[in-house]
Amino acid sequence: MNEIEIHNLYKSYGPTKALDNLSLSVEKNGFYGLIGPDGAGKSSLMRIITSLLLPDSGSVIVGGLDPVKDYKKLRLKLGYMPGKFSLYQDLSVEENLKFFARVFGTTIEENYHLIKPVYSQIEPFKNRRAGKLSGGMKQKLALSCALVHKPEILILDEPTTGVDAVSRREFWDMLAEIRKSGITILVSTPYMEEAVLCDKISLMFDGKVVDSGSPDDITSGFKNNLFIIKSANVPLLLNVLRGMEGLKSVNSFGQTIHVVADSSETGKPEIEEFLQKNNVSGCSVEQSPAGIEDCFIDHILTNTTT
Amino acid sequence: MNRFIGFIHKEFLHIFRDVRTMMILFLIPVFQILIFGYVVKNEVKDAKIAILDLSKDDVTTEIIAKLDAAEDIEVVKYLNAYDEIDGEFRANKIKAVVVFENGFANKLTKDKNANVQIVLDASDPNLANILNSYTTAILNNYNKENNINASGVNIVFDTKMWFNENISSAYMFVPGSMALILMVITALMSSISIVKEKETGTMEILLVSPLKPVQIILGKLAPYALLSAINAFSIVLIGNIVFGVPVNGSWGLLILTSFLYIMMALSLGVLVSTIAKNQQTAMFISMFVLMLPTMLLSGFIFPIENMPVVLQYISKIVPAKYFLIAIKNIMLKGQGIPYFWKELLVLIGMVVLFIGISVKKFKIRLD
Repeated sequence: MNEIEIHNLYKSYGPTKALDNLSLSVEKNGFYGLIGPDGAGKSSLMRIITSLLLPDSGSVIVGGLDPVKDYKKLRLKLGYMPGKFSLYQDLSVEENLKFFARVFGTTIEENYHLIKPVYSQIEPFKNRRAGKLSGGMKQKLALSCALVHKPEILILDEPTTGVDAVSRREFWDMLAEIRKSGITILVSTPYMEEAVLCDKISLMFDGKVVDSGSPDDITSGFKNNLFIIKSANVPLLLNVLRGMEGLKSVNSFGQTIHVVADSSETGKPEIEEFLQKNNVSGCSVEQSPAGIEDCFIDHILTNTTT
Repeated sequence: MNRFIGFIHKEFLHIFRDVRTMMILFLIPVFQILIFGYVVKNEVKDAKIAILDLSKDDVTTEIIAKLDAAEDIEVVKYLNAYDEIDGEFRANKIKAVVVFENGFANKLTKDKNANVQIVLDASDPNLANILNSYTTAILNNYNKENNINASGVNIVFDTKMWFNENISSAYMFVPGSMALILMVITALMSSISIVKEKETGTMEILLVSPLKPVQIILGKLAPYALLSAINAFSIVLIGNIVFGVPVNGSWGLLILTSFLYIMMALSLGVLVSTIAKNQQTAMFISMFVLMLPTMLLSGFIFPIENMPVVLQYISKIVPAKYFLIAIKNIMLKGQGIPYFWKELLVLIGMVVLFIGISVKKFKIRLD
């Protein structure tokens, strides 16, 4: 039996559809990522799983329990870290952790082994008020608090949003560490590059799951040829390439441009030729395997055009 | 239980860490009671009174002379009929009228008893009270002197408060401040502290924890209940020590009644927190819907009897009104439960009602 099992879930706020016929399953001790931009419905889904929101329709089973009927039992099994920093800013690091331990009927000492990979990093600051911590440290504290009662399922809503790159990396390493103790982890993130760190992911957009599977499954499902073009003048190049035929999409990825070919007829030579014709020089064209973000954009394009 | 204690411990940390909360809790009550205490004047200077002497004999003349001779009282007018009193009060020329009954000296020698009535303009209850005690002191003095000389002679006096018959006493500022301070601290602070958890998102975590809604609510209220009880006690103490406001009735009953009122205010605070979405709204509701009526419509500052009829009806739903009646009976009149059991019942009813609505409205999920 899967730890989280969701079928045909609907949830709307008035006329806005937050979740639209959504299904997914997370296996026991899985490390599952919900990937999608703001407004994709990730938080709503997590709140339904944690029994904080009622679904409109559809079936949800979490840890063998129904979040609507058995919310009391379910809440004991869950560790939840909401998207917004939700700790007591006027309490110190240690006081926050002690409070959550006590509320769940345990102590820091009892589960120290579990929170150690996270808590040991902020322990030197245990007398500092939570409000005075840096973004990364706040998230570590929040994670410690969500873990201190030894939950079976850990639900993390965008834990790395607004956190610097180094801390983000550390945070993911910690999650991998925590998972070793048998906890099922469901985590959401808007950062596509973090998706590969999960076992399995669901790409979410507009309340729907547009694709699910392991990151490799998803990237290998990308059938078209992808070319990465480096240029000093991305906006200009973007304009030029959008005039080229035989391309499915042209998107800027910061300093580079990702170009997806319509068919195998459009290859590296064709693109280089087109650029030369348009008097664009000084750029390099390389064929490349698709990343998660390429797949995501591809799905959105096919979804919105059909 | 350990859970619950942990929660309460956390609440105390919040309270003691926040300077503003601490000031509201401990400085404002002291200041308020001191301000009210000093604003209420304790001295009367040259109060103008009138005499309605229906007897006009030696004894009345002697007493009138004594009254006039008193330092702070000035007899400015002699009236001829009882009907004139109202007009004189309305013209605001005099503050009190001392009425001697017909055949005063005769009655005093024959029946050993004669009646004096002190009629006071109680639209200023404080002044009226002080004036009353001055005048009765002079009459008592006369009684004493004459008891020594010719035993058994007695002047019986009775007081009539004009405009405000159930005079709201000068000492009302102590019960009044209690009603106000307890309402503000308990309702305002507890509602804000609950709404704050909603606003900062910590409620989301509390809901997902094994804490029951009842534990969350009670855990929020317990610290404030304790602190307000301390406040109530210190208000009575300051009133007693600094301003000499008596506690004539039983302390046990006083504590019981105050605690009932605190419970009522707390349940009102929870109710506000279930309605308010953010701290400003909670503050606004507490200030305008709870505090102002407590101050203005409870009989604390303005006697209910003098209010327009509409406001008199509204005052019936102001909880502080019932608290004031009860506490006034205990502190100032020294009476027991038989005199105000109805008021206590109303307060109990309000607690049950507010808690009932709050528990029903408390959300176990996000909306």
